[in-house]
Amino acid sequence: MNLTLKIWRQQNSKAQGEFVEYKVTDVSEDISFLEMLDVLNEDLIERGEDPVAFDSDCREGICGACSIVVNGIPHGHQSGTTVCQLHMRHFDDSQKIVVEPFRAKPFPIIKDLVIDRSAMDRVIQAGGFISVGTNQFAEANAIPVPKDVAESAMDAASCIGCGACVAVCKNASAMLFVAAKVSHLNLLPQGKPEKDRRVTNMIRTMDAEGFGNCTNIGACETACPKGVSLDFIAQMNRDYAKAIIKGQLLNASQTAAQETK
Amino acid sequence: MKLDAKTPSGPLDQKWSRFLLEMKLVSPANKRKLDVIVVGAGLAGASASASLGELGYNVKCFCFHDSPRRAHSISAQGGINAAKNYANDGDSVYRLFYDTIKGGDFRSREANVYRLAEVSSNIIDQCVAQGVPFAREYGGLLANRSFGGAQVSRTFYARGQTGQQLLIGAYQALARQIDQGTVEMHPRTEMLDLVVIDGRAAGIVVRNLVTGEITSHSADAVVLATGGYGNVFYLSTNARGCNATAIFRAYKKGAAFANPCFTQIHPTCIPVSGDQQSKLTLMSESLRNDGRIWVPRKKGDSRAATDIPEDERDYYLERKYPSFGNLAPRDISSRAAKEVCDEGRGVGPTGKGVYLDFADSINRLGADVVKERYGNLFEMYERITGEDAYKTPMRIYPASHYTMGGLWVDYLLMSNVPGLFVIGEANYSDHGANRLGASALMQGLADGYFVLPNTIGHYLAETKPQKIQSSHPEFKNAEDATASRIHGILQTNGTRSPYSFHRQLGKLVWEKCGMARSESTLKEALELIPKLRAEFDRDLRVPGTASEFNQTLEHALRVEEYFELAELMCRDALMRAESCGAHFREEFQTPDGEAFRDDENFSYVAAWEYQGRSKPPALHKEQLEYEEVEMTQRSYK
Amino acid sequence: MNILFALYKSSVGKKYIVAATGFLLFIFLIGHLLGNLQIYMGAEKLNAYAHFLQTKPLLIWASRAGLLLIALVHVTTTIKLALENKAARPVGYEVSKAPYAPLTARSILVSGIIIGLFVVYHILHFTSVTFNPEFSDLRAAHNVYGMVVAGFSNTYVSAFYIISMVLLFMHLRHGISSFFQTFGMNNKTYRTTIERLAVVAAGLVFLGNISIPLVVLLGFIK
Repeated sequence: MNLTLKIWRQQNSKAQGEFVEYKVTDVSEDISFLEMLDVLNEDLIERGEDPVAFDSDCREGICGACSIVVNGIPHGHQSGTTVCQLHMRHFDDSQKIVVEPFRAKPFPIIKDLVIDRSAMDRVIQAGGFISVGTNQFAEANAIPVPKDVAESAMDAASCIGCGACVAVCKNASAMLFVAAKVSHLNLLPQGKPEKDRRVTNMIRTMDAEGFGNCTNIGACETACPKGVSLDFIAQMNRDYAKAIIKGQLLNASQTAAQETK
Repeated sequence: MKLDAKTPSGPLDQKWSRFLLEMKLVSPANKRKLDVIVVGAGLAGASASASLGELGYNVKCFCFHDSPRRAHSISAQGGINAAKNYANDGDSVYRLFYDTIKGGDFRSREANVYRLAEVSSNIIDQCVAQGVPFAREYGGLLANRSFGGAQVSRTFYARGQTGQQLLIGAYQALARQIDQGTVEMHPRTEMLDLVVIDGRAAGIVVRNLVTGEITSHSADAVVLATGGYGNVFYLSTNARGCNATAIFRAYKKGAAFANPCFTQIHPTCIPVSGDQQSKLTLMSESLRNDGRIWVPRKKGDSRAATDIPEDERDYYLERKYPSFGNLAPRDISSRAAKEVCDEGRGVGPTGKGVYLDFADSINRLGADVVKERYGNLFEMYERITGEDAYKTPMRIYPASHYTMGGLWVDYLLMSNVPGLFVIGEANYSDHGANRLGASALMQGLADGYFVLPNTIGHYLAETKPQKIQSSHPEFKNAEDATASRIHGILQTNGTRSPYSFHRQLGKLVWEKCGMARSESTLKEALELIPKLRAEFDRDLRVPGTASEFNQTLEHALRVEEYFELAELMCRDALMRAESCGAHFREEFQTPDGEAFRDDENFSYVAAWEYQGRSKPPALHKEQLEYEEVEMTQRSYK
Repeated sequence: MNILFALYKSSVGKKYIVAATGFLLFIFLIGHLLGNLQIYMGAEKLNAYAHFLQTKPLLIWASRAGLLLIALVHVTTTIKLALENKAARPVGYEVSKAPYAPLTARSILVSGIIIGLFVVYHILHFTSVTFNPEFSDLRAAHNVYGMVVAGFSNTYVSAFYIISMVLLFMHLRHGISSFFQTFGMNNKTYRTTIERLAVVAAGLVFLGNISIPLVVLLGFIK
């Protein structure tokens, strides 16, 4: 296959970026989109040009490192697939492909298609865990967890933290990502004790990082390579409402105010 | 070099509890004053950082990823073993221990393996408490399955994403410590050298991958949790970023490298499609529970799989190993696949593949049950190959997957360099010459949660290492040496990318020191590798500068280490004139083609000491003494 | 007030505010529609209803003030949300092909703005009769029936009303289901039901509202 690529190039976070067109020739249709970019890069390196920077690691759709928008869709047009698993057989020969990084204010560009997603880590650090230390556990079977609850928690926990939900959302909202983590932990009996605290703290951090607001559109659910459901956003909204009724929102903002003092 | 395993005395099943009783403790007030560096944030690194942070140490954790949640532990699919005996099928700590020792073909240290089996149950308890959503039965209790040749059901799993869920659990524990300020996280930072001062590990030199800045970090102890070196084969199931730099730099600074030739080849990977491929994808071994492996009886049979009648198919694993059949251990099934492909009976466009057929299971269980069990794997297969495995059999072929070898460690998981600890896949300790399925996750978490946090405290309390600041001249020297290495790479200005060298080296190592090795292939490799290295030094091309985000430079620095590592692997494989576990020397096989182990001469751990680039490494041996188990020839017939 | 302030500071809190005020406006809308539908019961009935309202200044002004406040909160909170959304993506995409997402959802802001403009027009049209001074006499005589007939006899006016009601339908279609989603009363079991409920409720409001200009235009009511 021969392709024309229009790729976003940006030297560093401060530089002005621009689109540059490249031609790639003799691409096997059995390789992945990222392997196609590898082919381009090797060619660029051998010509002494700066190769296109992009993040990737596992290349089997689970690490969540890739952050590429292909022809206007994060991870490309094949549903339930990360861009590392998107194979070239799904493109037409001589097709023109526009390649951009995930774009959102909380995801500053580091170089070309590489972005900084540490905002997502900070949201997890605000409460995306169960406060249990090493060796502080009960026998694993001491607390039975209904199968459907465990399955639902697993559905939420399958989030790979790639940020495609933010990238596709017209508001750059991170609600699906945050909701997946809140729901995963709030559903399980082990996560219940700090349920209210978790949801308020994580939402506060999400807001502080500058993500947009959810307008219940659902594009995130469609773009999510792991099919994380919009239902988890509803669940998080519910958990948040319950926390507010219990006074958690006020408590949390007062604690936060005290901490800053 | 002295290799003292420091195994506690006493009966095998009491060694660890005795160690815990007798170990020295660091007082809480002193822990605050102790700095520990952890390199790597996978299962072992994240769990260790979190546990050490909780204990009160000052922890700095480094990873080259943009977030600790991306480490390659995330890709493990199948599950994690634990001797819980929930299935009531006769499992016990001893049985898990014995299976692991036997699976490793009696080339691992008894006491370490026993401890691993002992703490395995705690891991499950710990992970459940952290919210890992393991599979459950309708009664709400944890589900188990049998996995990778085990005759008991002791594997816990979370769909086909067990590694992901366990890593996220550890990542969350780590996130909590970062929030509490006990762990300082350094993402997008790669360790480029180890600094040894007065004979102990004093810190590391790192490069900030975004700015290119090179800095030093000193500590009272350094923990390497940087994973295996399987990417030396270029095409492997390892992630793109997996590399051996940290452990290999440590080796060059005096840490012994143990059993480098023990590299595991996983039997069920998706075959190579062509030259532009960057990695191989593993299909969970659990597929072998219900899939049947076969090739055509006839050589070069080009008919479609479904057109080949039953009596013209060779279900070679069932034929050769009637009691284990398709569930024969990894090394055995990998080799059997290579054998039939070498005979010219391989399938697929490259002839390097065998069928994994689900037709019988679909008939017996129904497509729905098969879909429920393996649906996500079938989808993954279709995404990659474009073929529907419900209709035509999957094609699989072995690929490099895990490295049992690694830095030598004692019972405390400390290398021969005092203060340098090595955990997870980066050390050699628990899997001998072959690792059993669902044991890697177990080892990573056992080391990180339960072993290291205790042993490191014992070391620190006992030795009370003297504080060394990163302003010490040795750090400056190491920084300068690193900078000049980088300068050298950027200055070469040849014609070839680091990827092309990596690909060429990987192919060479795969062919000469892969699934099967022989004296002649290894000697050949030892001739060819230095030549390729010389070409690398001469003809490499890395565009860009050192003071920016430069992925080609990152890769070049990693590839640079692989040449000597590949040599070391070949040297070790050549020295080990026997076949054991994943190490199969063609000259040493039984008349019916099985591995022929030589316990008399090779019942030891081969630990290699670096002697400089111009001199071959020195071999040191740790004799393996088996107090409990009797060494037997493995038989899966 | 602390809790309201805290709510207003949080993204999800603001969504609650928009959803709650939206719900109240929807209740008003239904009341308003039911009042208007009395047109089918004859001029006397409708005019008597209008007269009844007009003679209760306290009730009417209190409701107007309340409605205005609710509408203002609904609008200003939405504007705040929209500005934040805009700021969350300073650099847009070269190509943007969002995967399937319903038009009603994506256009909620636009439909809201047009409805807002419509409401202003509607008040000027029938309440303050700014555009049609000739309604003054009818208004003074509490002849709402006459005003409606006169007003909707103009094809352009009716067309504008009907178009606005299409947008209102779109706005309600997403708004009603969003209400359930935002307050967390949604999951896969109820999702389809809620979506259908939203279509039916928004549809009934739409049909009820457009029926009046339509029957006037078609001459069924004179």
